[in-house]
Amino acid sequence: MTLSRFTKEHEWAALESDTATCGITDYAQKALGDIVYVELPPIGKKVRQGEQVAVVESTKAASEVFAPLDGEVIAVNEALASDPGAVNRAAMSEGWFFKLKVSDSGQVSSLMDDSAYARYVQELIK
Amino acid sequence: MFVGVTMLHTPLYDLHVSLGAKMVAFAGYAMPVQYPAGVLKEHLHTRAAAGLFDISHMGQVSIEGRRDAMSRLETLMPGEFLELAPGQIRYSFLLNEQGGVMDDVMVTRPAALERAETCVDLIVNAACKQEDFAHMQARLGGLKVTMRDDRALLALQGPLAAKVLARFCEAPHKLAFMQSALFDVAEAGPCLISRSGYTGEDGFEISVASDRAEKFCRALLAHSEVLPVGLGARDTLRLEAGLCLYGHDLDTMTTPVEAGLVWAIGKRRRTQGGFPGAAVVQSQLQQGAARKRVGIRPEGRALAREQTEILDAEGMKVIGIVTSGGFGPSVNGPVAMGYVATDYAKPGTRLMLRVRGNLLSASTVSMPFVAHRYATTPGVAQS
Repeated sequence: MTLSRFTKEHEWAALESDTATCGITDYAQKALGDIVYVELPPIGKKVRQGEQVAVVESTKAASEVFAPLDGEVIAVNEALASDPGAVNRAAMSEGWFFKLKVSDSGQVSSLMDDSAYARYVQELIK
Repeated sequence: MFVGVTMLHTPLYDLHVSLGAKMVAFAGYAMPVQYPAGVLKEHLHTRAAAGLFDISHMGQVSIEGRRDAMSRLETLMPGEFLELAPGQIRYSFLLNEQGGVMDDVMVTRPAALERAETCVDLIVNAACKQEDFAHMQARLGGLKVTMRDDRALLALQGPLAAKVLARFCEAPHKLAFMQSALFDVAEAGPCLISRSGYTGEDGFEISVASDRAEKFCRALLAHSEVLPVGLGARDTLRLEAGLCLYGHDLDTMTTPVEAGLVWAIGKRRRTQGGFPGAAVVQSQLQQGAARKRVGIRPEGRALAREQTEILDAEGMKVIGIVTSGGFGPSVNGPVAMGYVATDYAKPGTRLMLRVRGNLLSASTVSMPFVAHRYATTPGVAQS
């Protein structure tokens, strides 16, 4: 079963047992505009929750992407190298950034669920 | 940035909002950075068909009065204006006493015979227009300097711009690149139209009465070739065309020689001088400048943005800085321009760029990144 969780910085994490597939949310891709480059972390990199782990560049600016949870990078979405526009087309699926092997599942409760994140975004655009 | 300050609106503000533009603050104006199509589509559409830009924030200045208007203007700028034929446009700069660029501008000798001998029309940058205006008023005593803020300014750019505009007026059949004249335009009335632009493509800049601008834009947008284009794509288009953005690639600390814009200084002016900073400019023309503006192609896909440090090929020594950089949609990769020590300015020189602490390989290249496609003769290309 997949559990979707969100950060205030607009990253998402889809959790399946101890693996978290991570990316940026649809709200984030819309706010950034056309995405033209994604810098992904090396596999094996150990990251802490809230630490910068990737960079996403739109035609306008570079933005940092933070790790939603503590863990180790076990995969990255190589397809984004030649097709960064996948993040605009499908931020929450095809446009994933990296997978983490989660080291502290207790941190999941610090993230927002679907409805909490939807309310959070509603407040931002009000 | 403009908190608590009322942002200025161009006459097309309501149109931008109704088209769903994302509005941002630019030089004190609320301007569309992009429309729903987005920067990439807007850019590529302009190169393939026609893009419509609101550039009403720019300053439209008229200098009027006496027969010596052009020679007086030559005391502020290094261009050869006396030689301009009626309706001819020249790219030039206001220089300070150190030869630094106060603004880069378009100077036109009016086509209308009654104005050709005594008047000059200028287009100046939005962020500089108040200072330019004050500077010219102070230095051109006896001439009447007017800011035409009763007019909107549009740019229609792209290979199909001429075809579209020909449905409204004769301008495409009468003007070649860097020529200007007054035309009677359907839906817009009398407009001052120039065959010029900031994209590297064929195109027109149209000065239209503010109260008719929205109706005219809607009429242009009704043609399937035309898409509204925001400041985001205006910037990527001009960067690919190798054109300078004032405040970034040009400023008061930069001379035209350093910027590689010697072509805009007339031969007569190079020898005779008689413009602010002439001694500095002439000495740099003879002995060379210590730094030069260059085009830069980073290898790989990572972008080198403004303020990125440029190092030598060994990554040992900082030799310059990026002044404009980003993704070139038509190049389909990163492009940049910046200033490097003259020893490194030759096209093909290997460089390193420091991006987020990492050194990326790059080389200097000659610009433009995308070939210019100006209309060297009047007319509408058959396609």
